[in-house]
Amino acid sequence: MSTGTPARPVTASPAPARGDDATHPGRLAELTGTFRLLRLAVRRDRVLLPVWILSLGVLLLASVASIAGLYGDQAARVQYAVTMAPNVVARAFEGPIFGTSLGAVVMTETFGMFAVLVGVMSIQAIVRHTRLEEETGRAELVGSAVVGRHAPLTAALVLTFAANLLLGVIITVILLAYDLPVAGAALAGLLLMGVGWGFAGVAAITAQVAASARSANGMAGAVIGVAYFLRAVGDGLGEVAPSGVAVVSAWPSWLSPIGWGQQGRAFADERWLVLVPFGVLVFATVAIAFTLTRHRDVGVGMRPVRAGPATASAALRSPVGLAWRLQRGSVLGWTAGLVIAAGVFGAIGDEVDSFLETSEELAELFAGLVDGGGLVDLFIVFLMGLLAVAVGAFAVQGMLRLRTEELSGRAEPLLATAVARTRWVASHLVVVAAASAGLLAAIGLAGGTAFGLITGEWGSRFWGWVLAALVTIPAVWVLGALVVLAVAVLPRWAAAIGWGALGVSLVMGQLGALFELPQWVLNVSPFTHIPAVPAEDLRWLPVLALLAVAAGLATLGLAAIRRRDLVT
Amino acid sequence: MSTCAIHVASLTKTFGPVTALDRFDLDVGVGEVHGFLGPNGAGKSTTIRILLGLLRRDHGEVVLLGGDPWRDAVALHRRLAYVPGDVHLWPNLTGGEAIDLLGELRGGLDEQRRGELIERFQLDPTKRCSTYSKGNRQKVALISAFASHVELYLLDEPTSGLDPLMDTVFQACVRDVTAVGSTVLLSSHILAEVEALADRVTIIREGRRVESGTLAELRHLTRTAMRVRTRAALDGLAALDGVHDAEVEGTRARFEVEPDAMGAVQRWLADRDVVALTSSPPTLQQLFLRHYGQELTADEVADDPDQVAVVEAPR
Repeated sequence: MSTGTPARPVTASPAPARGDDATHPGRLAELTGTFRLLRLAVRRDRVLLPVWILSLGVLLLASVASIAGLYGDQAARVQYAVTMAPNVVARAFEGPIFGTSLGAVVMTETFGMFAVLVGVMSIQAIVRHTRLEEETGRAELVGSAVVGRHAPLTAALVLTFAANLLLGVIITVILLAYDLPVAGAALAGLLLMGVGWGFAGVAAITAQVAASARSANGMAGAVIGVAYFLRAVGDGLGEVAPSGVAVVSAWPSWLSPIGWGQQGRAFADERWLVLVPFGVLVFATVAIAFTLTRHRDVGVGMRPVRAGPATASAALRSPVGLAWRLQRGSVLGWTAGLVIAAGVFGAIGDEVDSFLETSEELAELFAGLVDGGGLVDLFIVFLMGLLAVAVGAFAVQGMLRLRTEELSGRAEPLLATAVARTRWVASHLVVVAAASAGLLAAIGLAGGTAFGLITGEWGSRFWGWVLAALVTIPAVWVLGALVVLAVAVLPRWAAAIGWGALGVSLVMGQLGALFELPQWVLNVSPFTHIPAVPAEDLRWLPVLALLAVAAGLATLGLAAIRRRDLVT
Repeated sequence: MSTCAIHVASLTKTFGPVTALDRFDLDVGVGEVHGFLGPNGAGKSTTIRILLGLLRRDHGEVVLLGGDPWRDAVALHRRLAYVPGDVHLWPNLTGGEAIDLLGELRGGLDEQRRGELIERFQLDPTKRCSTYSKGNRQKVALISAFASHVELYLLDEPTSGLDPLMDTVFQACVRDVTAVGSTVLLSSHILAEVEALADRVTIIREGRRVESGTLAELRHLTRTAMRVRTRAALDGLAALDGVHDAEVEGTRARFEVEPDAMGAVQRWLADRDVVALTSSPPTLQQLFLRHYGQELTADEVADDPDQVAVVEAPR
């Protein structure tokens, strides 16, 4: 209560006039209760945030270990840097290279990905403790207690900043453990922390502006996406430094916090001054967020909610219509993101040869996928495998909507009408299955079209892209059907089962060969069984088998949902 | 079976170690408004969810409109409408869309009646459900229910978020549907509402039926409150059989009388030359308090403003 106590007399004094001058005594009172809320937030996140931080630490450990193995000696690193620096695609997708030390290679290979993950961790933490609290009505209860207007946001920011600080320390320690220089390790930790703090500030704003917690997360996520894209453009447009082993990025990189982090050049010629823009960003976003808090009602966004139709359209008046309406936003969001990704990959498919030279890991991975086939074909197979897992994430998320509907009590009035449970589940299943198929078709078309536009190769090459995407549909359906069964039989574990299965699919399908796992382990993932079209001919047996498994899981789920109590 | 809309006998439902319903009985005749009373956690909502086939019964007999609510859920749901006490709606749908959707899935609703109800309940159907208060979400469910022509209305504390004006509208709606022969099961702990509407009442407590009957029958079990002024002194009133809580001040008295003693007490009073006499009929609240009065915890009293009023100032 250290924050609360000094503020008490202020609250008790005769009402201070509102906003008469900048230093009026109400300022401190607006923070009353911050420490208590912070303790509550820490308690609520006592599992989630440590898991995030530890996972990122383990991921970094594994990455550094693998990079140290591949590029252990100076000659290998020089070779890496020399091929990497002039390669536009590699610069855009992996990141700019600034030197030939082991640390510099680690930064190039990992910083972009870690910056995105740290950003996601931060925005989710902020929105979870601000806007989501308001949506559940808990903030109202808290707000009626002795809690200042700014206390919830302050507590969320302090918690998120502290989590990022801890992560920065852990990252520095891991890098030091590999005998990397102290200055670089310290700067790398600070830069990632800065990225986390910056996106936390961005989320603090979107949490005030957006109409709901979901869209607050979405808007802040879009900012991360734009930041990543800007630096990809800036690094892609950059040029090779006179040394031949470093890159000078173009100006768009400087528009992005992720770009600043990379331009900090940890383990090369450290530029400590990039910490200044981070400081400015954090200060500015937090200041804006606090100003917005003062002008906003609890539970309502700055963006007004528009009036809608007074009657339901014919399309909405059925379970499938409702399911589509509920899934529509997610479908459109995933489509936009994945079609753009597929288009970008399609556009660079041509340069895959030079890209592969920069990474022995990738080359090894490609070769392990299938015997024979051209490099471009292998690239398509590899890429579609990745994108199919992303669509699998959509399918898992979409089918878990059933669970959300049940837990929130919205399924109850629906199932009290003449809608059978099986029909309710089937409506979401149909929408998610159709949307996944449509998404994959769009991905294939986008990849093929972009490839065709760049290379002028259409015909069989174009259809290779499309077919490679379509052939993954049954594997995605297996994931979705598994979630249906989990929701019906083990509802409490449905989310864990769904996301766990997705994680297993990702590890087995894409990285399994790299880890040299035995085949029977790899066979657990539905994605392992997808025919490697267009690198090899389409085999119908695995496709039909996957379809049968999906149908079987879904049928079992539909039958089982009739047998249990609804959670109310 | 045709005279019985709901028949529940010896119904038992447990959730892990908790027994929610313990050999519970409930009978609702066709065309009646049946009040379903009990404090929070007594098992009202569990009963209604079993009647809806959302929960499965452990033991006992449940017949709803001649069918089995678990097995024949869909067919039965075409013939009933349900309003939960806590209505959750899809945040990105408008109120109007939610009304239409739920009505349509039930088997269609009466467009003219829908418009009429929206006006009577003063609901803005163009607003998103995320912006509605609890009372407005409840209006959405009520409008959707009453705009459907069904045989049975299952209403689970349907007015807990409504203001008194809207309460009146709700009562009018219930009378409208019973006028055309529909049956209403009205769970509530707002006693005035049940008194105003219900033909028969079942009281549930800790998963068991403790009382059931017409209001007249139940009133028979409770005492009438009387105030009297006479010319002769009222000494000895407190000692009469069947007289309770008497406060006598010379020729004035306030007291309660058991139904069986009413005749004797009136004859006794007549001998003392009555100047003024008021008697208030026993209320359901007294009945309720008779069953819960002693055991009511502070929480339960605080939950229901009506009960607080009774405890502090009996009518």
